[in-house]
This record gives sequence, structure tokens and C-alpha cells, in this order.
Amino acid sequence: MRYAGFDLGSRTLKLVIMEDDKLVWQQVMPNQYNFQKQVQAMLPAGSYDYLVATGYGRHYFDNWQNAATISEIKAFAAGVNYIHSGELTILDIGGQDTKAISLDNRGKIKKFVMNDKCAAGTGRFLEIMAAALNLEIAEFGDIALTASYAEKINSMCTVFAESEVISTLSRGAKPADVALGIHNSIVDRACGLVRKVGINGKLIFVGGVARNSAVAHLLQKNLDSEVIVPPDAQLMGALGCAVLADKMREDAI
Amino acid sequence: MSYHKMWAELGLNLEAHDQLLQVLSQGYQQLFLSQENRPTGMQYLDFVMSEIHGLRIQELVDAQKAGRKVVGSFCVFVPEELILAVDAISVGLCTGAEVGFDLAEQYLPRNTCALIKSSFGFKLGKMCPYIEASDLIVGENTCDGKKKSYEHLKYLVKDLYVMDLPQMKSEAGKALLKAEYLRFMKRLEELTGKTITVKNLKEAIEIVNAKRLSVARLARLRAASPAPISGLDSLLINQIFFNENPQRFTENINILCDELEARIEQGTGVAKPDAPRILVSGCPMAVPNWKLPAIVEQNGAVIVGEELCTGERGARWLTEIKGETLEELIDSLVERYWQIDCAVFTPNTDRLQSIKKMVQEYQADGVLQYNLQFCQPYTIESGLYETELEAAGIPVLNIETDYSQEDMGQLSTRIEAFIERLKQ
Repeated sequence: MRYAGFDLGSRTLKLVIMEDDKLVWQQVMPNQYNFQKQVQAMLPAGSYDYLVATGYGRHYFDNWQNAATISEIKAFAAGVNYIHSGELTILDIGGQDTKAISLDNRGKIKKFVMNDKCAAGTGRFLEIMAAALNLEIAEFGDIALTASYAEKINSMCTVFAESEVISTLSRGAKPADVALGIHNSIVDRACGLVRKVGINGKLIFVGGVARNSAVAHLLQKNLDSEVIVPPDAQLMGALGCAVLADKMREDAI
Repeated sequence: MSYHKMWAELGLNLEAHDQLLQVLSQGYQQLFLSQENRPTGMQYLDFVMSEIHGLRIQELVDAQKAGRKVVGSFCVFVPEELILAVDAISVGLCTGAEVGFDLAEQYLPRNTCALIKSSFGFKLGKMCPYIEASDLIVGENTCDGKKKSYEHLKYLVKDLYVMDLPQMKSEAGKALLKAEYLRFMKRLEELTGKTITVKNLKEAIEIVNAKRLSVARLARLRAASPAPISGLDSLLINQIFFNENPQRFTENINILCDELEARIEQGTGVAKPDAPRILVSGCPMAVPNWKLPAIVEQNGAVIVGEELCTGERGARWLTEIKGETLEELIDSLVERYWQIDCAVFTPNTDRLQSIKKMVQEYQADGVLQYNLQFCQPYTIESGLYETELEAAGIPVLNIETDYSQEDMGQLSTRIEAFIERLKQ
């Protein structure tokens, strides 16, 4: 059986295919807001037997044959649990959502919280701030880590934060110091969510923003706890879908 | 039948009001009429809803022509018994939709809760026939937002009366509640020219008790598995509770309950027997605020109770009819309302016990705490309760939202994940 796990996120689409409990395919594409075209390109006919989808676009698969959908919380829990066992806390910072999930030692969800309905503190926020600083998103975290001082960014709102960044720069602040300030601001918010579910055992940091070196570093510093970023942290949702597909297929029959 | 003439005479903005009714009717069809296996007794509610700005308003206007008064209010602390005792009609005022917010923000800060903003929006947008038809509007000092907003509302409506309320359950607080009910009685007597007597107050208490008993009966029946009626339909009943003629309401809810009893006997219901059962708790949900229950039930769970003002917090207790003097009856009325465990009280530990009791009685698997954004009393309290309930092994999801539709996706994800958690 070939199981596809598809995470249709707000910024990227992630696909993994598993066969005999082994990862045989993985792919990440930017979301071009044309699911029909993109899904067709990523999933050629016969590429899977059963598919499980998650992410804000999961309902695209609602009426598909041999497909089911689950929430991102369940998907990330299953994905992380596939790699790490035991009691743990997951922090996922994605394109427009941040969530913290605590799992018990059997991998069950004990508690989860998500950011409120605005995009502050998410991947999209980082992208906009990088653009305001004229930096590439890939280098944003590394540059922040070179700062010797963190400029304070107070605005919670993405729009206001952008103008705050611009006015801070025009006051003569160094871009790296502003970058560190921006990273501090999103880490502060993420820590608030993590504290709400509590840290028991390890903290596994996943989602697209986990690829940013500064966020992981600052999290470790702020929470005084070991932060593990798994390889392919961005794929955890899709992986979780593929891992659960076998059981979901059986339940559907 | 067209009510345009009546609405025009009430001063409604006909164009905006027509649009509102159209949206309401579409929403109702999508959310309510599409439900499978609804009890036939819900046809009564379908009719009431279809005439909520029509025939019911006509009844109010006709009653006024016959010399009766209409008293509109926003809160379960305003005793309907006193209003009925002077042969006036008690109605809840419109406040459940995102209408006229731009107009409301001329008076209120943006970060005012949607319920308060909506009440202003309905008034300023001229879209609530209830507020226009009311001879007296009763505000009450619950939260700071409402309390201060009445200082503006006073200039926007023809007759606003503000009732003070205690904030602590002390003897002094209770004395204040009694003094305020006595003052309200006087105001009602002035309004109607009628005197409250032992006889008319007893009759009024009987009418309101019967109404509360009918929804209590409904609440008990929802303990059955599979749930005999949806949470969406039950919420609607708890909402209509505030606007419908009380005797007609009681009669029809009891007929519905007879049907539900038969359903339970046959083992039929509206949800799968293994559907997660959820108790909703928190801020009031006024018509047409059906957002959360709709998402919950569309995702395969079923709501089995409402610990809301538009639910058991408003309807739970009865007024004991005892004594032969007016004073004794008033004391009894105060005793009844004194038990309301509203989050404006500090501390408010009774409410946590109410939630736990409801979870047990209705076999709920989890609690969804519904907080209106910027509602400090309930939102702050929900944090305390979340810790306590989780410690007692009761899963909790805290939701903060408003009347807009823009967060449907995010809410859906949280609620879906919560339902998955309950199914583990």
C-alpha cells in the first residue's frame, strides 16, 4: 500500500508518500493558490492508494475517493510521534498559524492551543518583516544571530510592526539588530503558547519557521529547555497524515 | 403578508432591514433546515423564527393599541415576573449579528465586545423592531462595557432605565438586588399605571416557572444517547425563550419534549451514538449567533447543553411561590435571581460547580468555553476554569471569537482538533 500525506498549508504545499512504513517520496511547493493545478502536478495518477490531507486547504479533498482529512493538530502530533516517542511538547510555527501541542507518553493529545486569529508571530509575519528589511527569508535568521543588541519591536499587528521596523531603521538602527528584535517578538508569543500547554519532556519545534536558525536558538534560551528541530521539520504534518493513513483507510471500510 | 407598513411606522430602515431578513433566512435554511432527522416539533420554532420580526412584532403593536406596554431588556437579571405582573410584555433586544458596527463605533471603542456593539448597531442602523417597539428599555450594570455604554444609549432611545447589580455574593449584595427590584417595580407601576399585587405577581411567577420548567425538561432529555435533538435546535429554543409569548412557548416546548421522549424510547436521535458530546459554556449567544454550534455539529460532534445566559444560566432556577404577602414573594424572587452565576460576580465559584454538574448530568465528553473577544469577565474566568476542569479530567477548549465570519477556518481547525482529541 502506498499512503500519501498531503499538508495544504497557507504558504506551502507538502507531500510525502510512504510505502511499507518507509518514506519513498517528499516534495514541498510554494502555494500558488490553484489547488486543482498543483495537486494534479504533485499527485500523478496511481501515485497512492489512500490519501490523508491536512492544512487549511484540506477540505479540497473532502469528496475524493480514497481520501480523508484531519486537523493539523492531529497530523503534527502523529508526525512528531513517529520520530520521537515519550511525553513531549510540540511547537509548530507555520505560515499563518502557530500551535503548541502536548502529548502524553502514549502519543495522545493532552492539550493544544493556537494563536488567535491574526497573523502576528507566524511565518507570514517573518516574511513581511524580512521584506521590510530587504532581506531574503533564508538568511533572515542567520543575520539576526549576528546582532549584538536587539531593537524592541512592540507592535503585535503585522501592519503596524512593518511601519515600526521602517521607522526604527530610519532612526539609524542596524538591520541585524532590528532583525533580532523581530525574532524576539515572535519567540515571545510562541513561548506564551508553549507555557499554556506546559513543557513535559522534550520540545520539538516544527513547521516552516523551524528552518529559521534564530527562532530555534531564541526558543531554547527563553524556555530554558532543550529544543529539538527534526530534519524535515516542515514535513511533519504531511508525514503524520501518511502515518495515520493505514488506520484511517481501515476505519473507512 | 407584508409588514413593511408596520416596520416603517416603527421607524426601521426598510432597505437595510429587508437585507438583514434575507441573510437571516438564508442562514437559517442552510444551518437549521438542512439538519437531518429533526424532530417535527421544531416546525413550531421554524415558524416563530420566520415571523420573529413579523407576526410577533404585530402582536406587540396590537397589544400596545390595547393599552399594554412592552419592556425590552438585554439580560437574565431583569425579572420577567415583575414585567408580566403589570401585564406588560417582556422581550429580549437584538444583539447577535455584526450589523451597524461602523455606526456603533461612533460611540464605542473598537475593542468593545460584539454583543454591546451589535446592540448599538441594531439601534443605530434601525434594524431591530423590538427596540423600536419597546416602551421601556432596561439596561443593567453587569460588566463595565455594558454599564458605560448605557450612558450613550440613554440619548439614543426614548426611555432607558438602568438597573444596578451587585458584584459580590454578600448580604449587602443581596440587599442591593432586592432594593433594585423594588425600585424596578415602582418604575413598572408608573409605566403601566397598574399595581403589583400578591395575585398578579403569583400568576406571573407561575407563567415564568412553567416556561423555565419546559426548557429544564428539554435539557434533561438531552442527557440521552443518541442525543434526541441537536444543539443548534436547542440553542434556538433557548434564544426564542426571550422573545416569544411565554404561554405559547411553554405549550409548544412541552409538545416537542413529548416527541423527544418517544424518540428516546425508540433509541433514535440526531447524532451517532458515538458522537462526542460537548457542553458549551460562557458568553450569551443571541439570535442569529449560531456560528459555534454549527461548526461543532458539522464536524460530527453534538452539543448536549448550554451553560450560557441563553441556556441554563438564564433558565435554571425556579421562583418558589411561598408566603401570603408581597414582601415574601419579592424575597422569593430575589432568592431565585441571586443564584445566577454570572461572571460579573467575584469570586464566582458556583459557576464552576454548575459546569461540572452539567458535564456529569448530560454525559458530556468535553467543555467548549465560548468567549466573546473583549469580554473580560468570561474570558478571564475561562482561564481559571480550564485549569480546574482539565485537572478534574474534563477536556476543555477555549475559544475566543466575535460575530464575524472571517475566522471560520481557524475556528473549524480548533474545533475539529478538539473533537479528534475527544475521540482518542
